[in-house]
Amino acid sequence: MSVIEHDSLLFQGADWDFGTIQRIHDAVEKIGVGEMGLDVYPNQIEVITAEQMLDAYASIGMPLFYKHWSFGKRFALHEASYRQGFMGLAYEIVINSNPCISYIMEENTATMQTLVIAHAAFGHNHFFKNNYLFKEWTDADGILDYLEFAKGYITRCEERYGHAAVERVLDAAHALMSHGVHRYPRKKRPDLRSEERREKERHLHQEQTFNDLWRTVPTKGAAAKPQLSDERRRALLELPQENLLYFLEKSAPRLQPWQREILRIVRQIAQYFYPQRQTKVMNEGCATYCHYRIMTRLHETGQISDGAFLEFLQSHTNVTRQPEFDDPHYSGINPYALGFGMMQDIERICTKPTAEDRQWFPEIAGSGDVMAVLRDVWANYRDESFISQYLSPNLIRQWRMFHLVDDPEQPELMIEAIHDERGYRRLRRSLSRHYDIGWSDPDIQVIDVDLAGDRRLILHHHVLNRNLLHKDDAQRVLQMVANLWGYAVVLKEVEPSTGAIFQEHVAHPHETLF
Amino acid sequence: MYIIDRRLNPGGKSLANRQRFLRRAKAQIQRAVRHTAGDRDITDLERGGEISIPADGVREPSFRRSGEGGVHDHILPGNKRFVEGDTIDRPPEGGGGSSAGGDNGEGEDDFRFALTRDEFLDLFLDDLELPDLAKRRVATVEIQGMRRAGYTVTGSPVNLALLRSMRNALSRRIAMRRPKPQELLSLREEIDRLEQQEEPSERLTALRLELEQLQLRTKRFPYIDPLDLRYRRFEPVSRPVAQAVMFCLMDVSGSMTEHMKDLAKRFYMLLYIFLTRRYKHVEIVFIRHTHEAKEVDEETFFNSPETGGTVVSSALREMQRIVEERYSPDSWNIYAAQASDGDNSPNDGSTSAAMLRDVILPVCQYYAYLEVGSDSDRMQTGFINHKTSLWQTYETLQEKGANLAMRKVNHRREIYPVFRELFRRRDAEAGARVP
Repeated sequence: MSVIEHDSLLFQGADWDFGTIQRIHDAVEKIGVGEMGLDVYPNQIEVITAEQMLDAYASIGMPLFYKHWSFGKRFALHEASYRQGFMGLAYEIVINSNPCISYIMEENTATMQTLVIAHAAFGHNHFFKNNYLFKEWTDADGILDYLEFAKGYITRCEERYGHAAVERVLDAAHALMSHGVHRYPRKKRPDLRSEERREKERHLHQEQTFNDLWRTVPTKGAAAKPQLSDERRRALLELPQENLLYFLEKSAPRLQPWQREILRIVRQIAQYFYPQRQTKVMNEGCATYCHYRIMTRLHETGQISDGAFLEFLQSHTNVTRQPEFDDPHYSGINPYALGFGMMQDIERICTKPTAEDRQWFPEIAGSGDVMAVLRDVWANYRDESFISQYLSPNLIRQWRMFHLVDDPEQPELMIEAIHDERGYRRLRRSLSRHYDIGWSDPDIQVIDVDLAGDRRLILHHHVLNRNLLHKDDAQRVLQMVANLWGYAVVLKEVEPSTGAIFQEHVAHPHETLF
Repeated sequence: MYIIDRRLNPGGKSLANRQRFLRRAKAQIQRAVRHTAGDRDITDLERGGEISIPADGVREPSFRRSGEGGVHDHILPGNKRFVEGDTIDRPPEGGGGSSAGGDNGEGEDDFRFALTRDEFLDLFLDDLELPDLAKRRVATVEIQGMRRAGYTVTGSPVNLALLRSMRNALSRRIAMRRPKPQELLSLREEIDRLEQQEEPSERLTALRLELEQLQLRTKRFPYIDPLDLRYRRFEPVSRPVAQAVMFCLMDVSGSMTEHMKDLAKRFYMLLYIFLTRRYKHVEIVFIRHTHEAKEVDEETFFNSPETGGTVVSSALREMQRIVEERYSPDSWNIYAAQASDGDNSPNDGSTSAAMLRDVILPVCQYYAYLEVGSDSDRMQTGFINHKTSLWQTYETLQEKGANLAMRKVNHRREIYPVFRELFRRRDAEAGARVP
């Protein structure tokens, strides 16, 4: 090996300046885009302090957000544990926007900045731009403008209707956030820019067409409407509906327009984050794989020194560490470790396949072009489908995975499957199910409402494996639903196969609240 | 690629959220603050710091599974000896040990976080108020200050109101039709173009003339003129005085134990913090007395031992002297707190009472008497069957309508409630309890 010439090094020591960052970015881009064929949004790299990082944590990583006490709570929590040294801060935060914004911390060393740029500004960035879920559900061009609008809108509402009133709506909307997403594509792609325009137009139209005279016109007694059939009525209300926020926004009879708009804002934001929840393993796997490859190439080409490379390896192994289940540090499967492990495994299958791989993955085994396969995987899968397709027996053995079932009706825990011939497929199936949001989030739907009668709203929770809702929380959330809906709400926990009802929660609205 | 340096952006982006959070959980936080205050050493009361409140009040509920009952399955890494079909005894505590967790990641315990010093004190002293003593010259004495008051045409350069001056200049230039640079430029270009054609035409001479006139006009009406300049104007105002002096009077005779002094110290600290929140400038005077009184520094006041009899009036006389010398009631708000075990020499009672009534109370905004007892006194529940001589003296005064607050404290725990009681914000029942 030839002696590395110091001229080719991107940086020496730990210090960096903006020139260094630019050089690092260009070198990383050359490898990422030139050699690996990544396709990224233009990058915008922002240098921030620890305090600003805490700020960003508090508002779910977004650079601007409307005001709510829960963000203050999160900030206080993070700050306390950060000050006491319980928690280190992330090295970066990256935002799915166009241009793609990456925050990097000022106290990172030059090596860490290189790692962060490779990881976030290229790995995550590529994933955001190409994965089908992000393309379907998020609008990277419009998100920052939309957040700006949301922030302004909510501030104006606070000025006009008071903090308390706005806070109540936001509390309720946040509680329903996890049930405020469309899971299946609808007619239109999200277009957040037109959201703001739409709200303005609606408002303008209202003001233009306002005529106080209408108020004084005596109304006819409500014409007896023809009774709709149950079927037809439900169809009109788009029932059953699993997007609770959407349903309340569109159909709650007593909400003010601004309250509907707030529900809409929270719903849009929930929808924006929806893909992230479904692609944690893939997203981190993609970013980790990218930074690993890029850093290795940088080292091979003599652009970073041995010392820097060792520093990188140290934090890389920290990130991708997976403690075993009986380790006191074990806290679930580390998405970085699993994602990175699977990406590397795919690389191995493509380049050095065994007979087993050829049998399990005939379409990619030995194909040779690792990046083409990976780019295709990153574009077209989410965690659940990715794992059920690409978790290989080799990796299952390497991790020595096993499947444990805890059935309260059995006296003992049961090992369902281990890393053997009989277990691979079953393990893979149950692991992939863990990453299916439809499986891990309780399935709650609006079933029916009698708009002509007492307007009682009926929700069903389709219980899976006899896992009921957390009773206290369910009651609280239901209370908020009732407040939004304006009439009584009942939530039934139903076994879908038999229709048996385990439990019923009822909530009546606080008349004074809205 | 862009690199943006955000480090210099104004901090405190979360401040608004934090305030909302504090408002939301105010009741609980306040309770926690009072609770911590009880445990804490009073000297670091001012430091703010960590408190914990029940997580329940700031819970963010959502529809989630309870994690109890029902079938759960886990995929775990690191199998060492299990084979398919093995059964494992349930770990005690319902499977806490090996369960993959994650079902309810949120801790249900207390929610710990740190308050800043200001937040802490705000909450700590939130519903306290200085007794409303409207009778006094609180607002009569004034100091001079400056206040912004519009603009003026003369002034020192540092007060130049740039924006206003430029705006004036602009409007003057428009009103006077000062030629714009573009106009001159285009005219010149036009002339140049014509000159190159080398045919002296009438148009060229006309243009030259026009240019000349415009240039003249430009000179005549300058870009900015002394006429445009405006300066920020300040006018003197008088503000009511915002300074206070606090007299700490303490009996240090042999009968006062360390414990009693400690109680007194705590009370003084509280009073001091409270006053500093209300007044910009607070001075403290320490007067200790046995049979004679002396002004001392804080260290001596609390720590150095002294022996002798007990003559309360000596301290009052000393206070009177200091007030006359340094703290004219015209410009100072005077607060006094006296701590004693209640002993007084028998022949001093009437002298003290008279001193207090005629000299001290009229100059004071507030006078508090704190009777400190020993820890063991607590069993005798208060003063009903056990009135000290000083207490009796003061009680008579109080009954006659003197403006005097008095309390008895035996234990450290009681300091804070007593303090709160003395300064509680009084609304309707003003003056009913403590005159």
